[in-house]
Amino acid sequence: MIYRRRASPLHAARAAVAIAWCAALGTAALIESNPVVLGALALAVIGAATLAGVGQELRRSLRWSLPLLLSIALIEALVSRDGVTVIWRLGDLPMVGSTNITLEATVYGAVLGLRAVVLVLIGTLYSVAVDPDEVLRLFRRLSFSSALSATIATRMVPVLVRDSRRLAEAQRCRPGPPPGRAQLLRATTAGVLDRALDIAATLEVRGYGAPRGRPQSHRVPWSRHDLTFLGSAIALLGVSVAGRVAGWAPFTAFPLLRAPAGARTSTVAAVLLLAALAPFLSRRGVAR
Amino acid sequence: MSLVEIASLGYTYPGGAAPALADVTLSIDPGEFVVLAGLSGSGKSTLLRAISGLVPHFHGGSFAGNVLVAGRDSREHGPGELAVVVGSLFQDPETQVVLGTPRAELAFAAENRGWPAAAVARAVEETALALAIEGLLDRPVAELSGGELQRVALGATLSARPALVCLDEPTSQLDPVAGDELIGLLRRLNEDGDTAVLLAEHRLERCLPAADRVLALDGGRLVFDGPPTRFLQWASRAAPALVPPGAKLLSELGLQPVPGVKAARAALRGARLAPAPDAPAPHEGSVLRPGHAKRFPRRGQDGAALQLKGVWHEIKDGPAILRGVDLAVAPGELVALMGRNGAGKSTLLRHAAGLMEPTRGRVEAFGRVALLLQNPTDYLVHETVAQEAAPAALGAVGLAHLGARHPRDLSGGEKQRLALAVVLGDPAATAAPSVLCLDEPTRGMDRAAKDALVALLHGLGIAVIVATHDPEFAAAFARRVVLLADGGVIADGSTGAVLAGGTYFATETARILGGAGGALLPAEGVALLRSASGLEVSA
Repeated sequence: MIYRRRASPLHAARAAVAIAWCAALGTAALIESNPVVLGALALAVIGAATLAGVGQELRRSLRWSLPLLLSIALIEALVSRDGVTVIWRLGDLPMVGSTNITLEATVYGAVLGLRAVVLVLIGTLYSVAVDPDEVLRLFRRLSFSSALSATIATRMVPVLVRDSRRLAEAQRCRPGPPPGRAQLLRATTAGVLDRALDIAATLEVRGYGAPRGRPQSHRVPWSRHDLTFLGSAIALLGVSVAGRVAGWAPFTAFPLLRAPAGARTSTVAAVLLLAALAPFLSRRGVAR
Repeated sequence: MSLVEIASLGYTYPGGAAPALADVTLSIDPGEFVVLAGLSGSGKSTLLRAISGLVPHFHGGSFAGNVLVAGRDSREHGPGELAVVVGSLFQDPETQVVLGTPRAELAFAAENRGWPAAAVARAVEETALALAIEGLLDRPVAELSGGELQRVALGATLSARPALVCLDEPTSQLDPVAGDELIGLLRRLNEDGDTAVLLAEHRLERCLPAADRVLALDGGRLVFDGPPTRFLQWASRAAPALVPPGAKLLSELGLQPVPGVKAARAALRGARLAPAPDAPAPHEGSVLRPGHAKRFPRRGQDGAALQLKGVWHEIKDGPAILRGVDLAVAPGELVALMGRNGAGKSTLLRHAAGLMEPTRGRVEAFGRVALLLQNPTDYLVHETVAQEAAPAALGAVGLAHLGARHPRDLSGGEKQRLALAVVLGDPAATAAPSVLCLDEPTRGMDRAAKDALVALLHGLGIAVIVATHDPEFAAAFARRVVLLADGGVIADGSTGAVLAGGTYFATETARILGGAGGALLPAEGVALLRSASGLEVSA
């Protein structure tokens, strides 16, 4: 799953704005607990990914993260002693003791799982839609070497995956018993170290070790997509914070479940969904 | 003033038993195009690294003498500071592109110099246009081919406009088309931009015509320094392994060797040497059209060692890599599989060895099929050579005397032979293979190592299929050549018939003689011309 420039409004927005937009979505997912609102945020992320042309990557991520939702819900239901509505009495279990599954703990676990899934999806959207090289430029004023290390690590993942596939293929070509795991681990480690040395040499001859002045940023005029995604990020943040403070979309799991899905909750969910997807309406100048 | 001045340079790697460079003295002027020649281990890479400052700053070791780059002493100035003057490009493009997109990669060196943003943007644009990679600028580097990646790495080397660019076998991972394009680009940059070029390369026939000067190293010592024509005369006497085939053809005819196909043709015309008019043209040989593979022996009829019947390899949501390939290989047959990058050669070998399952069609192997993939190091996982392969297998590849060595300490050619011993297996414990497949075994090998590999493969006595970009190696090794394009067989016939009739997939001798008589190697060309002229020309 790698970044690839596509003709979409999100890809056309500058990295700083795209990061702010993803961060606003993430913040909304962290501070809102109402399942209707979290569901709206999940829809917003899936919709944004589809409109950005990275729906396939997100679907793959969703397939991997759904077991996470189920695991969190199951663990919370099993270990939580809170809640008053018992839906299943399991009796005395070894190691755990007396165990009752409550409706409140089960729903709370599902909400925590849903939040985790939304955050995973936002992370996926970020990694496939925000240019890592632009992010490097953005953060190098703070710490050039840290930003460069992160970029190289990202760049090297597919290279090392290919290396490991090649190594595995070569071992399949050996007649007789295969080598032991320790030997393979040693060979893999040696290969990774060789790659690291080559990259270090490349960085040296590109002038990385030379004393450099303060990096200068290239002034790029604000595009319509920069402005709309920034507006969207502000709206997402404003509505979610205001909703949390004013209690527009309340959710209480314990001791008794309370998750009203009234007009105010639905309005918050709808506004967040629309705010997230509105920047995708304009598709002028999205290709490079 | 010279751009590079080297005086009495000596260098030994940490833990090295012998010096990698000894008493090297030379200078390079601005705008020169210099080719660095020498066998593997002669010190070419080390010399390039000394000029870029990696030796001694990055590698450590024992350093003697002086290297001055644009007046800066490499003892006091590290590679980062020397990068202002020297750009370096190494063999493997994968580890020379460190950022996510070509645009960022091209900007990196200029940004490291603290150039203003507008100057960086202009350098990126101009370099991309010069190398014709403007269409790649925003593509993820993970999706680029080897040739594209090497062009991007070259662009990253050139974007900050170094006065000298040092290149260490930059074409060794490329097919002939991409390799020739890269050399052409270097010549143009050298002529238009006055950038000095120092190019280490094994395939000298490719780059000598572009060179102003040749430096030859042997055992870490500078043994020749002069223009290409004089280098060929010197090498014909003192270092035959460095002589390109075209020069060998001329010198064996008693003519002055000259670099390049065009100059060699002119030399032959000047000496009134030409193939006989009735010499058969290459297309009159036995080149088969696709679909004629059924003319080859089948298993159960006359005992083919390997047979591919209508093999397709179709990737889900992707292209078809193989398209109905029919191929039969007889026991003991020596076959070269050729074609540009992406033609399907490696995939075909993987199917032959059972690493992949055809999506349609079938593969029938009569006996074990051994496969040696491109990178021999992938096979070497033990601490000593003796642990990697049985004594009999080591003996078969001529490595029995190196049993106590660590596999990583072997030379490139020795690693290749050790990996070959691994896939051949222990004759006492495993059935001997009936077919051996090798994928690009000559990458980065010098001519002497290639000759040794040819002799080794000829001595095995089993069917051998080699995927290669190297027509000279194919001509020396194979009796049959199969040419692939877009996953299908486009030519299949005798080596002379296939390799004498083209441009890229033809030997230098064949190109000089226009494919006449199917002559591929210098000795065959000499015999053809002698018989045509009716003259005994002294060698």
